Amino acid sequence: MKSLEELAAIREKMANKMALRENAGEIRIVVGMATCGISAGARPVLNTFVEEVANQGLSSKATVTQTGCIGICQFEPVVEVFEPGKEKVTYVKMNPEKARRVVEEHIKNGRTVSEYTIGNNQ
Amino acid sequence: MKELSLNILDIAQNSLTAKSTLVEILLEETDETLRITVRDNGCGMSEDMVRRVTDPFCTSRTTRKVGLGIPFFKLAAEQTGGRLELESVSQDVSPENHGTVISGLFYKNHLDFTPLGDVVSTVCTLIQGCGGVDIVFRHTMPNGEVETDTREIRAMLGDIPLSEPEILMWIRGNLEEQYAEVNH
Ligand SMILES: Nc1ncnc2c1ncn2[C@@H]1O[C@H](COP(=O)(O)OP(=O)(O)OP(=O)(O)O)[C@@H](O)[C@H]1O
Ligand code: FES
Ligand SMILES: [Mg+2]
Repeated sequence: MKSLEELAAIREKMANKMALRENAGEIRIVVGMATCGISAGARPVLNTFVEEVANQGLSSKATVTQTGCIGICQFEPVVEVFEPGKEKVTYVKMNPEKARRVVEEHIKNGRTVSEYTIGNNQ
Repeated sequence: MKELSLNILDIAQNSLTAKSTLVEILLEETDETLRITVRDNGCGMSEDMVRRVTDPFCTSRTTRKVGLGIPFFKLAAEQTGGRLELESVSQDVSPENHGTVISGLFYKNHLDFTPLGDVVSTVCTLIQGCGGVDIVFRHTMPNGEVETDTREIRAMLGDIPLSEPEILMWIRGNLEEQYAEVNH
């Protein structure tokens, strides 16, 4: 059983990690979760971003959040990446596989995956 | 929607948007039926809104003219011979005691029943995005019950946010273990 004691152990580990975390220069990954996004597959896209950011050890660099309607239904699932000092990047028609590549190339290595951006999918 | 769990996510997102502090997701299953209830203590809707909200040509949002979440959910229930019930008390009418209850009744053996799907992912997704809002999830089945309550988890965590991946992974694992226990 994934017991509460186990949760307590995770809490102890986290408490140390959180203290070390500096939030400067943070990247925000925002996933559109309106009705149209959800029905187009936004849930697994969101969960893939959450898992990959954690697995790649990028939690101090990027946070994953949800938003409602982004206003471009035909491109859902839509993901926006905000980085201080840079222009917003909008990724469209996302799926878990594309999400993994965005984490690897964009979030980790700072290279926009231009194939998936809205500019290349009109 | 391909799974009812996606409808649940969508309906519960409305509750988060409505500035609730507590959102309850209750699934009650018998051999023949599934009742899905989402209850919140958010801002509620006016009587007029309640009347219009199951109609796809109505939404209070400005970005787009149609709200489809509730009509989709209603259709999914009705196509199994079931129904949707919606009760809401606006905070303008009752500043003390406001909120919304949406409940769908589904007949599971009907040909047009949409499978529930990955409800664990839905709960984890909601908790990832709930901010300070508390979520209660309870799924009662003929063989047992699965539940989680973020108030209890927060009490354990102190000021560590629920949205931390390690915490979400624990919640997912915990729910999966509970389901395995019921289904074994
Ligand atoms: N739990 C709730 N509390 C308060 N108001 C609600 C609630 N659920 C729905 N509403 C109101 O009903 C409207 C319609 O909801 P619905 O989910 O059908 O569409 P929507 O959220 O506007 O758009 P979308 O299609 O992206 O979901 C909402 O815009 C909101 O004003
Ligand atoms: S409803 Fe589709 S992007 Fe808003
Ligand atoms: Mg909605």
